[in-house]
Amino acid sequence: MGQISLSQVTKSFGDVNVIPPLDLEINEGEFVVFVGPSGCGKSTLLRLIAGLEDVTSGHIAIDGQDATDVPPAKRGLAMVFQSYALYPHMTVRKNIAFPLRMAKLDQAAQDKKVEEAARVLNLTDYLDRRPGQLSGGQRQRVAIGRAIVREPAAFLFDEPLSNLDAALRVNMRLEISELHKQLDTTMIYVTHDQVEAMTMADKIVVLRAGNIEQVGSPLELYRRPQNKFVAGFIGSPKMNFLTGATAAAYDAQTIGIRPEHLEVSRDSGDWKGVVGVSEHLGSDTFFHVPVPDSDDPLTVRASGEVDLKRGEEIFLTPIQEHLHRFDDQGLAIR
Amino acid sequence: MATKASRASARLMISPAVILLLGWMIIPLSMTLYFSFLRYNLLQPGPTPFVGWENYYWFFTDPSFSAAMINTLVLVGGVLTITTVGGICFALLLDRPMFGQGIIRIMVIAPFFVMPTVSGLVWKNMFMNPVNGIFGRIATSLGFQPVDFFGQIPMASIILIVSWMWLPFATLILLTALQSLDQEQLEAAEMDGANWRNRFWFIMLPHMARAITVVILIQTIFLLSIFAEILVTTNGGPGVATTNLTYLIYVSSLLQFDVGIGSAGGVVAIILANIVALFLMRMIGKNLDA
Repeated sequence: MGQISLSQVTKSFGDVNVIPPLDLEINEGEFVVFVGPSGCGKSTLLRLIAGLEDVTSGHIAIDGQDATDVPPAKRGLAMVFQSYALYPHMTVRKNIAFPLRMAKLDQAAQDKKVEEAARVLNLTDYLDRRPGQLSGGQRQRVAIGRAIVREPAAFLFDEPLSNLDAALRVNMRLEISELHKQLDTTMIYVTHDQVEAMTMADKIVVLRAGNIEQVGSPLELYRRPQNKFVAGFIGSPKMNFLTGATAAAYDAQTIGIRPEHLEVSRDSGDWKGVVGVSEHLGSDTFFHVPVPDSDDPLTVRASGEVDLKRGEEIFLTPIQEHLHRFDDQGLAIR
Repeated sequence: MATKASRASARLMISPAVILLLGWMIIPLSMTLYFSFLRYNLLQPGPTPFVGWENYYWFFTDPSFSAAMINTLVLVGGVLTITTVGGICFALLLDRPMFGQGIIRIMVIAPFFVMPTVSGLVWKNMFMNPVNGIFGRIATSLGFQPVDFFGQIPMASIILIVSWMWLPFATLILLTALQSLDQEQLEAAEMDGANWRNRFWFIMLPHMARAITVVILIQTIFLLSIFAEILVTTNGGPGVATTNLTYLIYVSSLLQFDVGIGSAGGVVAIILANIVALFLMRMIGKNLDA
């Protein structure tokens, strides 16, 4: 259960074409992350799969059955919303039981499933509270609980962590990954945060303006980005791009090198620069080094022990096998 | 705004308004209380002696008192039912996107701006008149006996007129409540397998509960004192069929010129309003907190 395929799916709102024809296969049990800058159509794509929006043309199949015109409730998918969308006047217990109640399950079976979900999500002590009395992380878990009890073919998450603070976000990220391992159900997760995408996904779908730029495992995307957009979007801090004579030396329009793939030396190297701002994170230090042929200063990652002063002259050398070359279309040259 | 001086001056500056408002309420109230214990008839000039509870005795034993009491409650209950249920239906319809939304919403709200006397007269002469009214004309043209609204079903007619006036108010408040409902909640309910009826019952109605409470409380206060519509249409008749408490007080004090009994009736009306308000608060007031 939980195999979803989209073929030639398009979506327009009036004259605005949000999603041009798009094909995508999501395999059973996969954790797929849709990632892209805001307004790239990733949420729309998720809502199309959920059935909350109608496709303008094309087909969506779930487990081999055409689901294009099937109403959302009948698709067997569960969704966790960005705002959690809990029912404020119901207790946690009633919130979680709501889909079961709608499915007209008998009371004993409802109670059993709710207790089970509450146990998995550590909500047992909160079952009789209302959503208003819960913290952000607990609300998030209630929303997930409401999705779990339905035993759906696939879970859909729409930016579920964006309302949480940084520490909690890291925590929930792990919990959702753990949940995926436990349930072994297909999960589709929408986010604009590439860190979430990299840490959680089996498969990342990078979207830009409704187009799929690249599909692949996190490391595949990190190692072999197909174009400049993916190269710049995946990885933190961002990849450095150089043009002009520096790039021409490598037979490319643009070259890209990640901060962690630059070697720093005080004596010799390929590119010369002067240290600008440096950010000390303890484990790492990031230096910003303005060089010719790059609009932004290059970001360089060095070990936390390296101590360079502002204004010091240094040399940078890219590690050759990690250098990415792009042609004038922005496509990778291999 | 927290120093002693600023607080004192703030108190000084709002005091004229507070004193004015307090006087506005206290003076008529205490005069009414005072008159209700006097024998004070405008047709009998001379001394106005203190008579204790006598006015109350005559007011309660007035043969039209129990009828007026029942009429008041029927009128309030009937209008409340129609406007709340109708208001919810209208709000649900108006919440949907449609062509000419702005104009339609303004038109729906329009009856609320018509003065009670005017709307009473319009309904009486143009709609409900058995000979010239539209309803009468329609009935005649279809070969039916036209209904004499104020003769045959006077109370229902009054309820209809008052409901027509108050429906926009209920619709307006319930519509704003409905529009503040988070769309994601409805979508979540849809994903959870709730059909339209369940979404209405489990999501929309609980969300509107507070607004419904407000509509009921505010309307009750105003509906207890309905007067103009009755005066211009039925004059409380036929008999006492449409005499409510307000109208009975008017009859005692201005048609029978007995200020004492009229004042006693006024005091009774105040007590009744408070009892109803208390009752409503206890019944639905729990929706106001939480």
